Amino acid sequence: MKSGRNIELAAPASPGAVKTALAKCPTGIRGLDEITQGGLPQGRPTLVCGGAGCGKTLLGIEFLVHGAVDYEEPGVLMAFEESESELGANVTSLGMDLPRLVRENKLRIDSVRVERSEIQETGDYDLGGLFVRLGAAIDSIGAKRLVLDTVEVLFSGLSNHAIVRSELRRLFGWLKEKGVTAIITGERGDGTMTRYGLEEYVADCVIVLDNRVLDQLCTRRLRVVKYRGSAHGTNEYPFLVGKTGISVLPITSMGLEYQASTKRVSTGVPRLDSMLGSQGYYLGSSVLISGAAGSGKTSLAAAFVHAACQRGEKCLYLAFEESPSQIMRNMQSIGFSLEPFVKKGLLQYQATRPSNEGLESHLARIEGLVHAFQPSAVIVDPVTSLLAVGDAPEVKSALARLTDLLKGRGVTALYTSLTAGGDSPEQSEVGISSLMDTWLLVRNLESEGERNRGLYILKSRGMSHSNQVREFVLSGKGIQLLDVYTGSGKVLTGAARLAQEERARAEEEAHQQEMAAKRAEIERRRAETAAQIESLRAALKSEDRELTQLAAAAAARQKGITRGRADLSRSRMADSDSATVAGGTDGR
Amino acid sequence: MPEPTTTANPAPKTMNPDFWDLRLYVAGETTNCLVAFDNLKHICEKHLEGKYRIQVIDLLKNPQLSSGDQILAIPTLVRRLPEPVRKIIGDLSNTERVLVGLDLRPRSV
Repeated sequence: MKSGRNIELAAPASPGAVKTALAKCPTGIRGLDEITQGGLPQGRPTLVCGGAGCGKTLLGIEFLVHGAVDYEEPGVLMAFEESESELGANVTSLGMDLPRLVRENKLRIDSVRVERSEIQETGDYDLGGLFVRLGAAIDSIGAKRLVLDTVEVLFSGLSNHAIVRSELRRLFGWLKEKGVTAIITGERGDGTMTRYGLEEYVADCVIVLDNRVLDQLCTRRLRVVKYRGSAHGTNEYPFLVGKTGISVLPITSMGLEYQASTKRVSTGVPRLDSMLGSQGYYLGSSVLISGAAGSGKTSLAAAFVHAACQRGEKCLYLAFEESPSQIMRNMQSIGFSLEPFVKKGLLQYQATRPSNEGLESHLARIEGLVHAFQPSAVIVDPVTSLLAVGDAPEVKSALARLTDLLKGRGVTALYTSLTAGGDSPEQSEVGISSLMDTWLLVRNLESEGERNRGLYILKSRGMSHSNQVREFVLSGKGIQLLDVYTGSGKVLTGAARLAQEERARAEEEAHQQEMAAKRAEIERRRAETAAQIESLRAALKSEDRELTQLAAAAAARQKGITRGRADLSRSRMADSDSATVAGGTDGR
Repeated sequence: MPEPTTTANPAPKTMNPDFWDLRLYVAGETTNCLVAFDNLKHICEKHLEGKYRIQVIDLLKNPQLSSGDQILAIPTLVRRLPEPVRKIIGDLSNTERVLVGLDLRPRSV
């Protein structure tokens, strides 16, 4: 966040400073106003040139329509090539109702027809009629904007080019005096910007449109060649003519200024969440899921989409290989029911073949979709199919811009990437992996005639994450991540893991039984010993008793002897000494 | 030079196939316009006597009339009748070209 602020300070020419220098007239065309930092020079003519079919007229009409509808600036369209009804019909499909604007006095369309074969020139003339017509049209509705499409027709319609040139010079001077912001379109010439050198007269702002075909794919590009008195984006910007008209994509102008969120979002797989520091991906981060064909990348993406939609968040799913209904059917089979979310408007699928359009157009379209749908997550499945329309550096640059675009909006992006069979998966992704914040690798683990899926986290910036391989199982119950068997120096998955687990269980059981037997044996021996102790104790007791009896008998006998001796001495009338001796013996 | 926008010559109302209805578009009294009107009058007097009408339209006064005949250049002479419509721009100083433009003389090969 801090570094982001620093970059912002260092950025040149803040738009505020430019605005005070030169009044600008917003075109209302998305992107163009950003490139020109506010719009076209107000009150001055701007030259829009390009080859046939570049969208010059459309740009002009959009400028007028936006002016009339959004900025309350009525406009005049002077068309030299098409009639009013033709012009109206051409842009109706883009949602612009020219006849209504004409009725509401917000727009005047004047078609001028110049037919050389109908005109005979004799002597001196000027283009006063054109001035009068323009002036009348401008004054009738108080127009602030004007489009001359294509004024060069005058050169082909009139043979005296000297007069046309001087009159055009006068015209542009007159327009500046009138203060109308004008777009003058011009056909691209050979080696020059316009066929008749209009850029000489319109020197304030020149925009070049281009329609380039590369590898049979056409990309429209826009470039502001010059803009007097104002900073402007100088690159070529791709632009699209979509359902709502022109949108220019200043994607190249994005910087690394986005804020990093600390919020987390679930991956849709609880076990994967716990592998990613128990909380899942960072909100607004870029996630890459790479793996070989059939490794379950789309399923992981679907899990994420399912979880996001369940939280009520909007997801945009850009599918480059499968149709939406096919994806939904397949994901249904592993328990992710996505169709209800599509019906609720939470999930939008956009399926296109990569080869339908050029890389820039793809980007432009994605930008348009993101702008219109405002999703909180975007899935690109698979991003590697874009390689069909550009080489690796181009795709990398496009992805860098897409990443910037999505990160700038805080949109979580999930890219799946198909790794080619032979390549080492860590190597082939070097091009884009450095752009990614979290990189999951799904790998086929092959052993004992079986393929199983293993999931690793190769990196995940800013969070503690598991470094372990998980077995990745797809079933009707959804996605499960299981611990792989890692005993005895081997990594086992699938049936091998099951067999190993079974073996381990059997071993454990045998061990248990053995232990039980041993315990019983000891118990028995202990009981035996206890019994022995008991019998010995009984023997001891009887010995004790015998001993006591013996002592008693001895005492009785002693008593009898003493008494007998006393009786004897009494009978013998012994002296007192003898009596004392006898008494002493008694006391002992 | 008469007041522009007035009809220089009264014309019969009937649709005569040999009737010439001419309009000269001008923008104020500029030199080119005055010269053109003079030249036109001379040519008409000489080649179309009695069967033409000239309408002079000043676009500064009636700008809305400019789109009807698709006027860009000033002065412009429009031959509205006989059909087809012909346009001649400039001060009409090259009489030969005016005559060709009005189909009064075949186009040179």
